[in-house]
Amino acid sequence: MDRLNKAVALGVILTLVWTGAALGASPPKVLGVREKLPNGLVWLFSEQTGLPLVTFSLLVKAGTLQDPQGKEGLANLTAVLLRSGTKKRAAAQIAAELDFLGARLGASGGDDYAQLSLTVLKKDLAAGLEIFQDVLLNPVFAPQEVTRKVAEIQASLKSDEDEPMVVAARTFNKDLFGAFPYGHPTRGTKEGLAAITPKDLVEFHRRYYRPNNAILCVAGDLTLEEARKWVAQILGSWPAGEIPALQLPPVPTLKERKVVMINKDISQANIILGNMGIARDNPDFYALQVMNYILGGGGFASRLMENIRVQRGLAYSVGSQFDPGLKPGYFAVSLETKNASAAEAVEQVLAEMKRIREKPVTPEELQDAKSYLIGSFPRKMDSLSKRAWLMGYTELYGLGLDYPWRYPQLMRDLTPADIQKAAWKYLHPEKFLLVVVGKKSEIPSLFGSQPPAGKEEKKDAQTKPHH
Amino acid sequence: MDTICSHTAKTDPRRRPRFRVNPRPLIPLLALACLLLLGIFSAPGAAPGPDTFSQVQEHRLKNGLKVLLLKESRAPIISVQVWYRVGSRNEELGKTGISHLTEHLMFKGTEKIGPKEFTRMVQKPGGSDNAFTSRDYTAYFENGPKTELRRWLEMEADRMRGLKVSQEDFTTERKVVLEERRLRTEDDPISFLMEEVKAVAFKAYPYQWPVIGWFHDVETLTRDDFLKYYRRYYQPNNCTVVVVGDIEPQEALKEVEATFGAIPPGPEPPKVTAKEPRQWGERRVIVHREAQLPFLVMAYHTPNWDNPDAYALELLSGILSQGRSSRLYHNLVYQQRLALQAGADYTLDTAAPALFTLYAQPLPGKTVAQLEAALEAEVKRLQTEPVGEKELQKAKNQTVAGYYMAQDSLFFRGMLLGRLETTARWTLVQEFVPKILQVTAADLQRVAKKYLVADNRNVGILSPIKTDKPKMERFTPGGQIK
Repeated sequence: MDRLNKAVALGVILTLVWTGAALGASPPKVLGVREKLPNGLVWLFSEQTGLPLVTFSLLVKAGTLQDPQGKEGLANLTAVLLRSGTKKRAAAQIAAELDFLGARLGASGGDDYAQLSLTVLKKDLAAGLEIFQDVLLNPVFAPQEVTRKVAEIQASLKSDEDEPMVVAARTFNKDLFGAFPYGHPTRGTKEGLAAITPKDLVEFHRRYYRPNNAILCVAGDLTLEEARKWVAQILGSWPAGEIPALQLPPVPTLKERKVVMINKDISQANIILGNMGIARDNPDFYALQVMNYILGGGGFASRLMENIRVQRGLAYSVGSQFDPGLKPGYFAVSLETKNASAAEAVEQVLAEMKRIREKPVTPEELQDAKSYLIGSFPRKMDSLSKRAWLMGYTELYGLGLDYPWRYPQLMRDLTPADIQKAAWKYLHPEKFLLVVVGKKSEIPSLFGSQPPAGKEEKKDAQTKPHH
Repeated sequence: MDTICSHTAKTDPRRRPRFRVNPRPLIPLLALACLLLLGIFSAPGAAPGPDTFSQVQEHRLKNGLKVLLLKESRAPIISVQVWYRVGSRNEELGKTGISHLTEHLMFKGTEKIGPKEFTRMVQKPGGSDNAFTSRDYTAYFENGPKTELRRWLEMEADRMRGLKVSQEDFTTERKVVLEERRLRTEDDPISFLMEEVKAVAFKAYPYQWPVIGWFHDVETLTRDDFLKYYRRYYQPNNCTVVVVGDIEPQEALKEVEATFGAIPPGPEPPKVTAKEPRQWGERRVIVHREAQLPFLVMAYHTPNWDNPDAYALELLSGILSQGRSSRLYHNLVYQQRLALQAGADYTLDTAAPALFTLYAQPLPGKTVAQLEAALEAEVKRLQTEPVGEKELQKAKNQTVAGYYMAQDSLFFRGMLLGRLETTARWTLVQEFVPKILQVTAADLQRVAKKYLVADNRNVGILSPIKTDKPKMERFTPGGQIK
């Protein structure tokens, strides 16, 4: 259980208030105010004047993690269908009313949560919130709407396959996570979607769309009193419910180097190489963040960019990333390079992984990484939409609304040894999953020396060359 | 359809997909243009909020450099942007792509700043930088702490005239750009189609070729080509500096003068004199490539901001494709279930007249011919029936609301000023919404009849090569991966 649910279970109501205003010049030490409704809904508020806009963004812990096996895509489908009809409004009417206000109402799935988000001119807030409430609480999941949306998502899944990096990513996730939900696309799979019935959607919504399973972020041109009034009015009567515990299949362990090659008649090899990373609550997060910046997350300040793009001209885009969610995500390097350069690029990626494991980063590299990560933080909260998002993020991952002001301290104490330790722990130059999508006949042998028999698993996607 | 190439790939830090390259929008260029279209423009007469652009300060230095300053002190952050009035329309056949390659080379260092230092110096205090090239402009920016204003202005002034690019760096960067072209176009069937449509639509105007350049042109560009180009266009009198954010405009102006003021003006760069003649009949182009689904584009020649019809065209594209109640989404995607996606795109602030584009992608089992008939029916309806009062009001409301929403981003406010000043004049930002609000149903019908006609149309079709087996199956669970 994460901190949020614990707090809910204990009935703890934490209210943080702006301290900045009282102290005058000193900056506020929290992102906003945190309050809770009697039904368990935690809501966060930040007053942002300057533009006549208000954002209401609701995160519901009903993401891909909650997708049942065999019905992959159910969580996302539930979210996107919120806008497709309620007890009193047909889909087209919802669209017409929102468009007339010039409002934006987004409903989308995600790995760890689904999101329903409204941005509207302040003068239209009442009308906007009435629709927001209606789609959240009273969706009907009419069979013809379900059929329509399923066909659309299936077609978009298919169309996306024209992007080779998407093909590579889907294969990478599937092979790395196996049956664990992070292994399939948020939008689901063709088969999973085909198995979903309107009843499944009604049931999923009834089960997970509960105030005690959600976080509401409010930001914009409102006072705290106004916000309180609106939140109570639209969500006060939302009934709490018991949230079933998650039962997740295990993530398979990679025991050796595994290579998946997918043949496609294209000019570049699209490459992803990686292994498991961490969950957001792992204390290694900060060391890993710095290590990632230096290795390949820091753009032109990173070693991979310097080596593979600047020195060798092998790629336009190359970098590393990790994805800490409620559950552990991946750590991976990705790049695109002309087919003929694939082996050289992979070799350099592995060399950089080995180097950062074997030698401590220089004090200067460490200092630059920290100073970037600390100095760029204010840009994560410099707009209405970013502020709303950041508040929800700190709540969801149990970081607290003072996170931006604690962050520098979390960074400051890291040493080159800490960074090296993180590299040792999470980079595995002998044991990784490598996915390559490209023209096989033009791609040279990827590893100069083959590993001993039994140490590598190789797969080829079967495909027929076109003529 | 304003193609933009940037120095580095952009990622949205707020997205946290698992290794998920979130698929690019099917027409990334269109998506970007839509974003621009949505919100960008000026405060309306009876505005629901303040006119944030009324505080813009405009100056011209003695050397011709244009300076636009806008104070916005929500956070201790600034956006410094340097806009050069040069893009792929200034190129010639055989040397296409030189504007974009030059953009890449601008990061290679000067006498003062080593070849790897530029971006590192920006990132050190928490800033980020990048650059982008379009048909009409090349722009460079730094976003980050306000304490960096002077340093970033110095660095930009330094590389305006002082770039040092070795032959080796030139050759390496050319390889990088070729990889970028492979990524963006060669391996992306819809981008490839868009290139073909533009090449067929423009026979005389240099919007004919892609911003990134034709593959072989880029391959054969030389360091001398670059030097000639750089010296010709990278001059203070061909440039606008924009600073938006937590600044004191008078102080900021002094800093701009102190850093850029001493650069002597260069000879006036040559004007683009080409003009696209009238089109006298439909042109059609077909691309046969491996692809999952077909794609259809219909592009019509239309005027730009310089012609009053532009405002009606802008609104027309909103009526066709803004929101889920828009005509193309409601009719083609939702009701008739012909299309996976359908939309319209028009960008008013291009330097020269460009295209009004309709596009659609059929759902599996539907055909391009069905979509073409459906799009034509929508065009015909615009020509024969006036748009209803409520629908017209809706499109206007969307424009006004979008205007404020787009301004949530500091960077975007600066981008709007720089972009308009480079392609038109920045004051358009204050004229746009009032002009949009004046558009009548009769105007919409008139421009639909005038421009959206078959003789003025360029049709592009992506026709997928049939494979023996749907490739999709390779990736289904328990599927084809052996």
